[in-house]
Amino acid sequence: MSDYNFAYLDEQTKRMIRRAILKGLAIPGYQVPFASREMPMPYGWGTGGVQVSAATLMPEDTLKVIDQGADDTTNAVSIRKFFEKTAGVDTTEETAQASVIQTRHRIPEEDLREDQILVYQVPIPEPLRFLEPSEIETRKMHSLEEYGLMHVKLYEDIAKHGAIATSYAYPVKVEKRYVMDPSPIPKFDNPKMEMAAIQLFGAGREQRIYALPPYCQVVSLDFEDYPFEASKADHACDMCGATNSYLDEVIMDDAGNRMFVCSDTDYCASRRKAGNVGAQAAAASAALKETAA
Amino acid sequence: MYVAVKGGERAIDNAHAWLAEERRGELNVAELSVAQIREQLSLAVNRVMAEGSLYDPDLAALAIKQARGDMIEAIFLIRAYRTTLPRFGSSEPVETAKMACDRRISATFKDAPGGQVLGPTFDYTHRLLDFALAADGEVPEVARGEAREETTPHITEFLNQEGLIQTEVTSEETPGDLTREPLELPANRPLRLQALTRGDEGFVLSMAYSTQRGYARNHAFVGELRIGKVAVEMDVPELGFAIEIGEIELTECETVNQFQGSKTEPPQFTRGYGLVFGQSERKAISMALVDRALRWEELGEDNLGAPAQDEEFVLYHSDNIQATGFLEHIKLPHYVDFQSELELIRKLRREAMENTTPVQEAAE
Repeated sequence: MSDYNFAYLDEQTKRMIRRAILKGLAIPGYQVPFASREMPMPYGWGTGGVQVSAATLMPEDTLKVIDQGADDTTNAVSIRKFFEKTAGVDTTEETAQASVIQTRHRIPEEDLREDQILVYQVPIPEPLRFLEPSEIETRKMHSLEEYGLMHVKLYEDIAKHGAIATSYAYPVKVEKRYVMDPSPIPKFDNPKMEMAAIQLFGAGREQRIYALPPYCQVVSLDFEDYPFEASKADHACDMCGATNSYLDEVIMDDAGNRMFVCSDTDYCASRRKAGNVGAQAAAASAALKETAA
Repeated sequence: MYVAVKGGERAIDNAHAWLAEERRGELNVAELSVAQIREQLSLAVNRVMAEGSLYDPDLAALAIKQARGDMIEAIFLIRAYRTTLPRFGSSEPVETAKMACDRRISATFKDAPGGQVLGPTFDYTHRLLDFALAADGEVPEVARGEAREETTPHITEFLNQEGLIQTEVTSEETPGDLTREPLELPANRPLRLQALTRGDEGFVLSMAYSTQRGYARNHAFVGELRIGKVAVEMDVPELGFAIEIGEIELTECETVNQFQGSKTEPPQFTRGYGLVFGQSERKAISMALVDRALRWEELGEDNLGAPAQDEEFVLYHSDNIQATGFLEHIKLPHYVDFQSELELIRKLRREAMENTTPVQEAAE
């Protein structure tokens, strides 16, 4: 094994992080300050998620790491490698096989189970930050449940654009108490947050952890006459034909032709394995072979 | 075609290999040794130790070599290493009054006990490129003097004896540790000083400079600047007394600042304080100015709304490892969020177009 402790962090630090996680689970949506450590990867690249995962992982766990829904994006590869090296745990790309999933910007399409933990990487944990830059002020606003500013912002969006102009990191209210930042997931993923798995949020640079216990109530903020809408590209996946998954838009050629593919690579691959075929699957796999060659 | 193709792992390995090659540079040029960096780029080493919060010249030199001279990257390497080190205790406070000074100057008195000692300073060099250095760096024999036997007293102590300068509140309380507890605001002065001493030199310098240009000006004089070695002592429980475990080089700056006095306080000078690892006097002076600006509330001054007076602003933005990480993370893929923005902007534009009746402009 390596010269480092299991999953890199020393046991005292893990204990400190676990205490913050437990507090977070006990007060869903509340941002718990924790003494974030300097990790061997840069702040802003998932140090919060990595610390939460490190404190959560047990030797028998199976870890999956995704970024933008994909297992093979560079930073997901890098974080997965980090835990392969420092914790020696099994890793997987299959959502169903994983006991801990660390994610950046997506929630897997497949429903998660009670025996799974989803760890989010969070850049700015404070949902009110871009309305009020001062941390002293925003903490006060949370403690007084003073969320008027957020509603005014959403209202102004409607007045100006005719719709709420937030498409990701769409604020939610947890168990009728705390307004919470769901991390920069597309608002398409918001409804999935009421789930069976434990959800843990780690913001390393900002030194905050927050959490959602299983089946916790998570409501996206909206107005009666402008209800929240989980939107996605109005297409089916061109690779696997899925109509219910979040799609990435890919520019195919110089003429600007597009194709739409599932952002969740494992979901797309398993659907294709099961025989589902999208409109451009044949052309796309030919193009893929060409680039690989 | 940019579908997230398999191969991220191979791409990363290849990038690292290329990076290693670039770091080494041209192979027919001799490789730089860590000892050369430590001895000949010692001010870079000092900065890495100061902002890395770890006093170890060899490791700092190694970090500079590994980082190809990128100072923030080197500081980052040291910080990441530092967090893995076990803590086996804390030292006694170092006695800077007992510092063996290599340099000690005061801008407030022409002379004072201990004298003005210029030491190894760039101050009065003419900034002319020395082309002789490009050929060889041999130094001529220099004159040597006897080191001062007695300790060099702090200049501000002389002002203190007269009651002309505000007395610092002494406290036996163990200060908090910025690296072990989450920063919660309002912070106290020890935490502020910790943040400043490991803060980015450029940031602290600019903040200090802004006070000089009128954003919360506090009329600083360099009461004293001293650089030298101090002993580090630690109380070893088995022994029951403190023993010296080593010595470190420090730069200390005390500024003397104007103060008008208030309803309760007669006019007296106030202080700003800077203390930094190694020979880092630009940083130490900057730190003292910013420290002084941040003390506005304690000294009964007005909040002028200046950036250097805003504790939250200064403390949250002084750390270059946090700043650079977050800044550079926008290089990472964000296409999922960008996609949701694309959908939104298309929808908003569609609705806006539908609501606008096309008008034929006369110019057409």
